[in-house]
Amino acid sequence: MQPMKMEPSVARVACCECGIAIEPNGANMCAACLRSRIDITEGISRTCIIYLCKFCDRYFVPPSAWVRAEPESKELLSICLKKLKPSLAKVRLTDASFVWTEAHSKRLKVKLTVQKEVFSNVVLQQSLVIEFTVHNQMCDDCRRAEAKDFWRACVQVRQKAEFKKTLFYLEQLLLKHKAHKDCTGVKPVPTGIDFYFPKLQDARKFVDFLVTVLPCKYQYAQELVSHDTKNNTYDYKHTFCVDIVPICRDNVVCLPKKVAQALGNMSQIVVCQRVSNVISLIDPNNLQLADIQGCNFWRDPFETLCGPKQLTEFYVMDVELVQNFQRNAGHGLISKKHELADVWLQRSDQVGAADAEQFSTRTHLGHLLNPGDLVLGFDVKNCNVNNRIFDDMKADNIPDVVIVKKVYDRSRRAAKRQWKLKRLVVGGNIAGNETDSVADEFQRFIEDVEEDPVMREHINIYKDSEKVVGDAKTEEQDMEDGEGEVPGAPTVEEMLDDLHFDSDSDEGAESNDGTKQDDAMEE
Amino acid sequence: MALRMDYEGSNDVGVFCTLTNKYCLVGIGNTQNFYSQVEAELADTIPVVHTSIAATRIVGRITVGNRHGLLVPSATTDQELQHLRNSLPDEVRVRRVDERLSALGNVIVCNDHVALVHAEISQETEECISDVLKAEVFRVSLGQNSLVGSYCALSSNGALVAARTPPETQRELAALLQVPVVAGTINRGSELIGAGLCVNDWTAFCGLNTTSTELSVVESIFKLGDHVPTAIGSQLRDTLIESMM
Repeated sequence: MQPMKMEPSVARVACCECGIAIEPNGANMCAACLRSRIDITEGISRTCIIYLCKFCDRYFVPPSAWVRAEPESKELLSICLKKLKPSLAKVRLTDASFVWTEAHSKRLKVKLTVQKEVFSNVVLQQSLVIEFTVHNQMCDDCRRAEAKDFWRACVQVRQKAEFKKTLFYLEQLLLKHKAHKDCTGVKPVPTGIDFYFPKLQDARKFVDFLVTVLPCKYQYAQELVSHDTKNNTYDYKHTFCVDIVPICRDNVVCLPKKVAQALGNMSQIVVCQRVSNVISLIDPNNLQLADIQGCNFWRDPFETLCGPKQLTEFYVMDVELVQNFQRNAGHGLISKKHELADVWLQRSDQVGAADAEQFSTRTHLGHLLNPGDLVLGFDVKNCNVNNRIFDDMKADNIPDVVIVKKVYDRSRRAAKRQWKLKRLVVGGNIAGNETDSVADEFQRFIEDVEEDPVMREHINIYKDSEKVVGDAKTEEQDMEDGEGEVPGAPTVEEMLDDLHFDSDSDEGAESNDGTKQDDAMEE
Repeated sequence: MALRMDYEGSNDVGVFCTLTNKYCLVGIGNTQNFYSQVEAELADTIPVVHTSIAATRIVGRITVGNRHGLLVPSATTDQELQHLRNSLPDEVRVRRVDERLSALGNVIVCNDHVALVHAEISQETEECISDVLKAEVFRVSLGQNSLVGSYCALSSNGALVAARTPPETQRELAALLQVPVVAGTINRGSELIGAGLCVNDWTAFCGLNTTSTELSVVESIFKLGDHVPTAIGSQLRDTLIESMM
């Protein structure tokens, strides 16, 4: 107690209890007598209970938070004091510290120093020790994990296509935008991917993301898990079924007549260049481009005539670029990157045979093709197509062969490749099981990325540190050889540095912070 | 000899009792307990009068007196006045005072020779005091407290003033009263000395809460009983000696 100095001329009086001469105060009592008579810690409970989840080592902070705190740490002290706050309202807390306790005793002792003004100008200070008993209680997250009840909402992404390039593309988009950060589980299923979320909101956010990056539609359903009629609370599991358009890159599609006309008198048989947030189509007969929005697709759906697996390999006998092509009035956007060419082809397995059938067709890949190249094309003439729109088409309008892409030496490309992509699921594939054919599909997706700079803009590409070394030399060799022709690979500027935890982690973290979470997720 | 007692559970015995060297007034209450104790102490020497003043029992606060006389407020009924005249010794004069500050016990404190009064009492009252009580009148205030009767107890042997009274005022009072003055408390730290204590030249009554330390201060300053200098006496000797000079 500190009696306040008022003015110099104050008579001293005897303390009314013990008779010591003191300066007069509110009680006219000395500090010792005051302290013996008044207990300012009255009303502060000396024992308290604090809850700890032993599974995740977090302390309960009312009303609903769980916070990790080291023993004797600032955080733990604040949790303890928060617990005492109501009873400390009438006094002023000046100091708090831990008193050491044995960890297994499940006790925490906190020493508090409190002050309180008992009369005007009379402030008492007192120390006390509060004992906290640590009780075990499972936190909500752990309880859910224990009950195998991880998710409240599920997003089922499905594509009804044979070769799910779009899903690989989606995987890369997720990694780039970290849209999967709230996701508690990713499960590849034969027709697509399931994403699990702890909250409905997270799932909604994810679906919104999907709708913006891919042409798709979704349906929503909920399943009642439990309900309490007395409280009028219902517990649901929510499911979003997201259907991605069944058209993939390099598919040959047959447009309905109406759609083809609406797109500027395109041919009905067109090639899908890529699927980003729209479906980009190109007409191999006149280089017309068309972008179809997701909503438009679902209004007038069309089917793919042939996927990559039905493509036949052809040998290019001759190429003749088409000059001064006359277009009809009202045509749509024309591609400047492609060149129209008339091409003579033979099946690659019949080259040199006496009775080899020769095909003639028109293609948009004139800028890439030279006599002697191999191409993949859809052999319309010899194919059994089961499509009603195709059946209604006039035979004059149907080309013999639709050339889809040029063929490069795959093993050579793979050897030259100096970059890599990240994967969402470690050691597994996002679409279906990790079989050889799926791995091959992913290789083909990587090749697509190599051939398409527009696609590269949307995804993250990482340097493959194992292959970058000594690249200059191999390139020179290639130039000399002259035969290893490959499409324009991503430049080093497009690649990102990968993050390695074992070496130079600081540098890595600074140079590319963005990839950190992906790695964490994978590991 | 100082006695601890209470009036119907209240420690403020000075409120309900006026004690002088010639008589003692006790307010009429619901119980006889306090009256009996006072009577047991004083009855063989002075009359103890059981009365009400202006139909109230707070006689200590609204009357003031010494061995020469007694002043009562104007609200006192004729019947009460008659009862007092009948009960008190003949040489004690009783006077009704028409004073605006009618709680005379709060604004006046006196012994047989001097009276300290509130600075604002009227001239007529002052004349009454010198006439009836035969005391020299000083208009003073005790530091911030102007109600001298509430914050001070006075006998022919000494004076006890409230704890916060500045030493300069104490010295001044000692010079006026010609008795030692000390600052102190009553009823465990209460500064309302006049309310907690009634004193004459040989005895004092204080509230039941009064601690032994306070009691010993009271006894030493009013020289009650066979007083020997105590630790308190020696500690406060400076003040006592200073005030006597």
